[in-house]
Amino acid sequence: MRHEIRFSGFGGQGIILSAVIIGRAAVMYDNKFAVQTQVYGPEARGGASMSQVVIDDEQILYPKVAIPDIYVIMSQEGFEKYGASAHESAIMLIDSTLVHSRPKCKYIEVPATGEAKATLKVIVANIVMLGALVSATHVVSEESLKKAILDSVPKGTEDLNLKAMQLGLELGKQP
Amino acid sequence: MSYDEWFRTDRLPHIYCAGCGNGTIINCTLAAVDQMGWKKEDTVFVSGIGCSSRAPGYILTDSLHTTHGRALAFATGVKMAKPAFNVVVFTGDGDLAAIGGNHFIHACRRNIDMTVVCMNNQIYGMTGGQGSPTTPLKCLSSTTPYGCAEPPFDLCELATAAGANYVARWTSYHVKELEKAVKVGLETPGFSFIEVLVQCPTAFGRRNKFRQVADHVEFLKSHSLLKAKRDRLIDQGQPVPEDMFVVGEITKRNRPAMGVKP
Amino acid sequence: MTRTEFWQGNTACAEGALAAGCTFFGGYPITPSTEVAELMAAKLPKKGGIFIQMEDEIASMASIIGASWTGARAMTATSGPGFSLMMENIGFAVMTETPCVVVNVQRGGPSTGQPTMSAQGDMMQVRFGSHGDIAIIALSPATVQEMFELTVKAFNHADKYRVPVFLMADETVGHMREKILVPDSVEKIGRKPFVPGNPPFKVTDPDLIPGFPTFGTGQHVHVTGLTHDERGYPAATNPPLHAALVKRLVDKIENARDEMADYDIVNPEAEQVFVAYGGPVRTVMQVMHDKKDKNVGFLRIRTVWPFPEKALLEFKNAKRFLVPEMNLGQIAREIERHVTVPVVPIPKLGGELHTPAELAAVLEEKA
Repeated sequence: MRHEIRFSGFGGQGIILSAVIIGRAAVMYDNKFAVQTQVYGPEARGGASMSQVVIDDEQILYPKVAIPDIYVIMSQEGFEKYGASAHESAIMLIDSTLVHSRPKCKYIEVPATGEAKATLKVIVANIVMLGALVSATHVVSEESLKKAILDSVPKGTEDLNLKAMQLGLELGKQP
Repeated sequence: MSYDEWFRTDRLPHIYCAGCGNGTIINCTLAAVDQMGWKKEDTVFVSGIGCSSRAPGYILTDSLHTTHGRALAFATGVKMAKPAFNVVVFTGDGDLAAIGGNHFIHACRRNIDMTVVCMNNQIYGMTGGQGSPTTPLKCLSSTTPYGCAEPPFDLCELATAAGANYVARWTSYHVKELEKAVKVGLETPGFSFIEVLVQCPTAFGRRNKFRQVADHVEFLKSHSLLKAKRDRLIDQGQPVPEDMFVVGEITKRNRPAMGVKP
Repeated sequence: MTRTEFWQGNTACAEGALAAGCTFFGGYPITPSTEVAELMAAKLPKKGGIFIQMEDEIASMASIIGASWTGARAMTATSGPGFSLMMENIGFAVMTETPCVVVNVQRGGPSTGQPTMSAQGDMMQVRFGSHGDIAIIALSPATVQEMFELTVKAFNHADKYRVPVFLMADETVGHMREKILVPDSVEKIGRKPFVPGNPPFKVTDPDLIPGFPTFGTGQHVHVTGLTHDERGYPAATNPPLHAALVKRLVDKIENARDEMADYDIVNPEAEQVFVAYGGPVRTVMQVMHDKKDKNVGFLRIRTVWPFPEKALLEFKNAKRFLVPEMNLGQIAREIERHVTVPVVPIPKLGGELHTPAELAAVLEEKA
């Protein structure tokens, strides 16, 4: 099954890394196929950052995301630029600390930045979102996500990031 | 070995005009190279484009005769890939200071271990006498028919400012001093730059009142101001004559260098 | 044996170069190729190789030619504006038969254009951009796997044919991350050994390629960009000698066109045939997969120059060739030279891949 996931937020939140981690989890540990792409702007910080991943059981031919079925949105500007046009059948995970708009599609409010700030560190808000993404959609397995996070984060921050993932897994749980 | 054993005799006769000073500079350079006791197979001559840059073609080593202005960039590749090689570059004022100016300042900045001999005839000789970045003010060339209106570069000041470890200037008259300067350059780790003012009777001399080769060489001799003397004048608060140029060892230092022989 | 990685195309390119034994990288940062330089800067020194950031792309190209003569496998990586600056010394490498690899991760031009967006606008520049009559080899990858494999192949071709070889990637393939199977080792084809005693540029074999007289081996070779005789000595005013030299430099590449041809053919009986290289290959593959129509063929090209024209003839029933490119139709013109049926360029400018719907729509149009 082909999933097309779009991440958006502001530069510095780790939007690109989030997409890389999910792609890595799928390819390296779930034995699936994935292609990760991103939009490059001249800004290294701020602005609206966007990154996408296609995950499939079969080899991926056309590598770009056409109609995302999953969104992870972490800033208001990111929502307006890359989330507002979401198809009704999509599902959107919203960082409810930072995004006040809501889409027409199904959405899950994840207070990732607020919770990360309160209990961990604000820098791991994107990992909280990844945990929530996986518990809500199961695009990759929890175990694979964990391994891909450990591959990708700086040494010495492993515990912090795994706690963030765990927090996200809880926040994303659907009844 | 003697310096004439470095010549590629099957290339003779050479292309230089009667009265050209480039041969003098090649001889002085090879004499210095010969004194280093280097092996031919470990020595690479590199050049760009112009009269000066034809020199490696007459020398019996591996050599790269490259594109206009780019000799130092090619030489950087050779020397960084194989620091065991001895790398000597022949260039001219147009090749080095105009089209190759950026490569020149960056090779000095990197202080890459090579010796660069610049034959500065103050004109583009091979293409028939156009003005160069070192053509003196008011001098005539085919592209400065009313006299050169642009101030010239001081290549030695440029090399010093950009970071070269060794910088010297002599003229085609000062053969003993030049040979010694090239030798010190070859011995000094890092970037060594030796500028040699040289007569070009065909393209420069005949346009600029040097009808005889000897007149121009005499001019170079009489307008040379030894660095020590210039420094003394400055110390004493005396004026430095404006129509003279400084010769001698201008810079010698030991900045960190790249590509130095292991 | 292979291992699985999730790599960016540019990472795969640098890793392919390292696997191929590249020991010298001279370059200048430019989007969207910079990751290649950054990875080489990190990895080459640990392997005893040299990374040097030159002052511009003219110097980058010069430095890898200098390094190549010392025997090193040398490369640079750039994009359009830098590629334009390299044209001068690319000609020098052709004239002096210097093996080297140039990666061009293409972006939108002309001029500064679209630094972060994809294009294939340099496909004619790579073939004809340097002055004089030249022949070169250009390979175009469509996957991260091919970024690795074709980089290895580029080094082998460069050494074998003594010519600059170009990896003509595009931003799409250079920047995407996907699954790649990385081999433990790769095949290396080195330079033809030089026979001492021969003049350095004397050709004795039917392949028209002289042995390589590496600097430092006592051959005293004079390498010049001037027209030169087989001793390497300038002979710039000898008309027959110039004609023979340039003809040989072109023929040694053009004569090997079939040997170098690298392409895949799908549905050779088809009447409508896509031809693609680089990024657009991915869209065509999607359309082929979705349509499952035996009457739609596909020629997927990896060796773009010299152009593998024989492959076109394998589509005996072809009524038209459809050529999606991220330019205004560059290789489409080359195809036109070789076939009698209509060639339909499908240009896409703006920096994005054709969508599957766009290509499917062209199939529906009346021929």
